Amino acid sequence: MAEITLEDIIKPENLVYKKTDLLTDKELSYCPGCGHGTAHRITMEVLEELGLEERTIGVAPVGCSVLAYEFMNIDMTQAAHGRAPAVATGIKRCWPDRIVFTYQGDGDLAAIGTAETIHACNRGEKIVIIFINNGIYGMTGGQMAPTTLPGMKSSTSPFGRDVETMGNPLKMTELVAQLPGTYFVSRQAVHSPAAVRRAKKAIKKAFENQRDNKPGLSFVEIVSNCNSGWKMTPIDANKWMEENMFPFFPLGDIKVDGQLVK
Amino acid sequence: MAKVKGAIVVDVQKCKGCGVCIPACPTSVINLANEVNGKGYHYAFMEKPDECIGCSNCAIVCPDGVITVYKLKL
Ligand SMILES: Cc1ncc(C[n+]2csc(CCOP(=O)(O)OP(=O)(O)O)c2C)c(N)n1
Ligand code: SF4
Ligand code: SF4
Ligand code: SF4
Ligand SMILES: [Mg+2]
Repeated sequence: MAEITLEDIIKPENLVYKKTDLLTDKELSYCPGCGHGTAHRITMEVLEELGLEERTIGVAPVGCSVLAYEFMNIDMTQAAHGRAPAVATGIKRCWPDRIVFTYQGDGDLAAIGTAETIHACNRGEKIVIIFINNGIYGMTGGQMAPTTLPGMKSSTSPFGRDVETMGNPLKMTELVAQLPGTYFVSRQAVHSPAAVRRAKKAIKKAFENQRDNKPGLSFVEIVSNCNSGWKMTPIDANKWMEENMFPFFPLGDIKVDGQLVK
Repeated sequence: MAKVKGAIVVDVQKCKGCGVCIPACPTSVINLANEVNGKGYHYAFMEKPDECIGCSNCAIVCPDGVITVYKLKL
């Protein structure tokens, strides 16, 4: 049998994976290794697999992912800092047949937008919230966020977060799971192949809930890295995240079909 | 002899050399090149192409979505 060359393998009929066309060909503005890119991609893969791309509207936040509308090849708008759930509420109520989601960082969702997040969840708006928690304000230079871990260094907690003076980190996902308006609440990650597969399953469930008009909001947190803000290489940041973020922000479903499972 | 042969194609100019794909590969196919791309990043390449099984692990963790995967069943 003749030797198999790369030319024999790299043929259209042998294609098993390529970037979805629901991501534009623009180069992502994120730092090397940043989880935002993976979170964007699996969100778009889910919409493509569910065939929802034509009737989905996304709301981009303020933060590093402010430009999500440049990369997600669907109808998008962009909200003032923290206000994405309020904007999404308006869109969904005007156009109940559309699929509406927000994509927000932890500074956006858990600091300046806390009220919007909690009230949209409590009202049970039929939207999806995708929450990228990297424990820091990435875009503005690595300041402490409500999600910064105890003892974690940031540019505004250079000696580590002291909970006595700076307060405790906020677990928004556990908090919104307690509200009657949430129907599905899950925390995932995108640093390894297995994690990406699980995160994609959770995002799919969230969009299926909205497609099927389930009563309430679906909320998926992705614990992610900010290697620039954390001042680590991408590989070290992912390791640090596994060792430090996951014990505090444990992965898995918290509420499924309106019932707490954890 | 292996029952499948895989191969990846990296969009060299878009790769940011983050290295996240390297530990994701079960057969240690990928490494970063000594050369750099137009942005100055050491891009990912198949250092051991014979070992690729086309599992797509590298592609699904690549934050920039620059890996395309092919698999030939023998
Ligand atoms: C009203 C308002 N206040 C403050 C800012 C400054 N600002 C821009 S991004 C940001 C924090 C973003 O952090 P996060 O939501 O965690 O996103 P990341 O960049 O980490 O993904 C802040 C405070 C702003 N743009 N608008
Ligand atoms: S600053 Fe942090 S969150 Fe922003 S793109 Fe860079 S790594 Fe990602
Ligand atoms: S994960 Fe993607 S961007 Fe990072 S080194 Fe590998 S191919 Fe390049
Ligand atoms: S497809 Fe699988 S085996 Fe091939 S390089 Fe990627 S991770 Fe490695
Ligand atoms: Mg953040």
